[in-house]
Amino acid sequence: MTLDATSLVSVENVWYGYDPARPVLRDVSLQVPRGKVVGIMGQSGCGKTTLLRMIGAAMTPSRGRLEVLGVDTRSLGRDGLYAMRRKLGMLFQFGALFTDMTVYDNVAFPLREHTDLPEVMVRDLVLLKLEAVGLRGAAQLMPSELSGGMARRVALARAIALDPQLMLYDEPFTGLDPISFGVISRLVRSLNDALGATSIIVTHDVQETLGVVDYVYFMSDGQVVSQGTPEEVGVSVEPFVDQFVHGKADGPVPFHYPGTRFEADLGVGAR
Amino acid sequence: MAGAAVRGLFERLGAAVTARVWRLGFASRFLVYLFLHSGTALQRFGLTIREIYFAGVLSLVIILVSGLFVGMVLGLQGYHTLQRYGSSEALGILVALSLVRELGPVVAGLLFASRAGSAITAEIGLMKATEQIAAMEMMAVDPIARVVAPRFWGGVISMPILAALFSAMGIYGGYLVGVKLIGVDEGAFWSQMQAAVDVREDVLNGVIKSFVFGIAVSWIAVFEGYDAPPTAEGVSGATTRTVVTSSLAILALDFMLTALMFTGGNGL
Amino acid sequence: MNRTTLDLWVGIFVAAGFGALLFLALKVGNLAAFSTAQTYKVDAKFANIGGLKVRAPIKSAGVVVGRVTEIRFDNETFEAVVTMNLDADYKFPRDTSAKILTSGLLGEQYIGLEAGGDRKTLNDGDTMRLTQSAVVLEDLISQFLYSKAAEGGSEAKAPSRERKP
Repeated sequence: MTLDATSLVSVENVWYGYDPARPVLRDVSLQVPRGKVVGIMGQSGCGKTTLLRMIGAAMTPSRGRLEVLGVDTRSLGRDGLYAMRRKLGMLFQFGALFTDMTVYDNVAFPLREHTDLPEVMVRDLVLLKLEAVGLRGAAQLMPSELSGGMARRVALARAIALDPQLMLYDEPFTGLDPISFGVISRLVRSLNDALGATSIIVTHDVQETLGVVDYVYFMSDGQVVSQGTPEEVGVSVEPFVDQFVHGKADGPVPFHYPGTRFEADLGVGAR
Repeated sequence: MAGAAVRGLFERLGAAVTARVWRLGFASRFLVYLFLHSGTALQRFGLTIREIYFAGVLSLVIILVSGLFVGMVLGLQGYHTLQRYGSSEALGILVALSLVRELGPVVAGLLFASRAGSAITAEIGLMKATEQIAAMEMMAVDPIARVVAPRFWGGVISMPILAALFSAMGIYGGYLVGVKLIGVDEGAFWSQMQAAVDVREDVLNGVIKSFVFGIAVSWIAVFEGYDAPPTAEGVSGATTRTVVTSSLAILALDFMLTALMFTGGNGL
Repeated sequence: MNRTTLDLWVGIFVAAGFGALLFLALKVGNLAAFSTAQTYKVDAKFANIGGLKVRAPIKSAGVVVGRVTEIRFDNETFEAVVTMNLDADYKFPRDTSAKILTSGLLGEQYIGLEAGGDRKTLNDGDTMRLTQSAVVLEDLISQFLYSKAAEGGSEAKAPSRERKP
């Protein structure tokens, strides 16, 4: 895919390393078109969460160019950064609800912090968002009283409280039972279409995610190794995609951690 | 060989010192940033009131009970020492001066560090470990202004109040034991105390001390919490460090403040 | 926790804190005694003030009538100048004398005033003429030893004899 005006996020030749000797991202380029749901998949530790944080401007690339909502994140000061983040919504892996507030107050939090709306309007908006995720009845519960799937739905309601243009999902499906899984994935899709937003999902849950996304990138070892629509990916013969999508134990990603030869370790192989 | 060993020793020493100084510098920058972004905590004072409740009101019981007992012990021990020299009426002076000048601020500070300081560190550390701080950051809300500053100011405001309550309770404890139990003359107890305790020199300096301790403990507590590695071990380690560092800081600061405040004399 | 209960508790807490401070200031300390009262300043020069400190009490007939506010050294007469704040309720004759005394054998030092017979009273800024310096224990002991030695006269090889076992 080439750079075009409809891209909401554009990542061009981005490098990043916590430790410069071992870069986490190596020359990553990808485009997220407006209005689409894009998946970024890969194994644990392949740099996909780092990439997501970078799109949320929690850090800036060491090299390369990253534009989010049309602005270069490196040019932003503290105020510009916060102004940009108001247009973002992010769902964290385990929801990251504020444990000292009720469900209602959690969802009301961004509204109260960023707007001067009267309390009655805040109430209407909060109930609207909670209704959208089906948890209006749980408004007065504390986060500790929620199941994992419910907590994530509340977090989702909180993330969409300010009607973001771009939604970021960090491993939204991890550790969910199949029912919750279905609920969340349906919500991701329906909220994206209802809000007219654009979504990026970082995940390693392949089959279920493929049913939600419009386009998918595969990452391995800090690089984009493959991309395509879900249909293309399903029939791909590219070895990494084939291994990843079908969950094969051995392939381009070896089963064995690199080491000396087993025989040598046992002391029998030399002869 | 010996040269290399000595060299290694110095290198390790240098690295340790550099790390400490770096951390202190980082903590100072954190404090400056905290001061610059305290607007929210002071404008929306409800946030700070909440933290005064958690740091101050919830520490009341331990402060009052400890104060009472410390005062009672002072009354008992002081009496046994003073009556040997036939000056048991000076018991009021002994109890009041030791509490107002030293024990009130110091013991209340130590209790505050272990009761409220550790709670602040653990709370901020856990918020970090469960990504609540990161979530806030992504919602374009500055966690230092929203989470850290109210806790800091809540601690700073609570500490002098707790120390004053501790001292008052302690003096009452000393009065109970000295006057009611042992039978020191009540008039002499209070009047000698009033003649010896100076409001500016003793009471005000005690309040200043407790205020300084409040700043030190709250600063250490919020910094350790915010700086904690986002894991279970990280948070528990940070909580321990808060208690240890604050206690040492209180004792060291107390020495310095005492040296500054109570050795003036006639100016020579 | 309800917001209003929270506010209530914090209100009680802060009020209790102020109550404790008031207790410390009024009942434990001596704020009520001298802060509001009208005072006037009187100087006194002493050859030696011993261990007198600022804020030491000034007593007359055993009653506290004021406090020492300043102690400085006069570069011309080589004397100590002590400034006292006396309570305006108490008037003293101009020839009142000031002594530096010690409460008990090892207690704090204070200034004792002994009224004279003059009709005129001391006013703000006056200086007391009649003063008696502090008794310095070392001087007292050496005086005692000298007088003992003088008494002993010719047979006074006592100190050296005593040193022998």
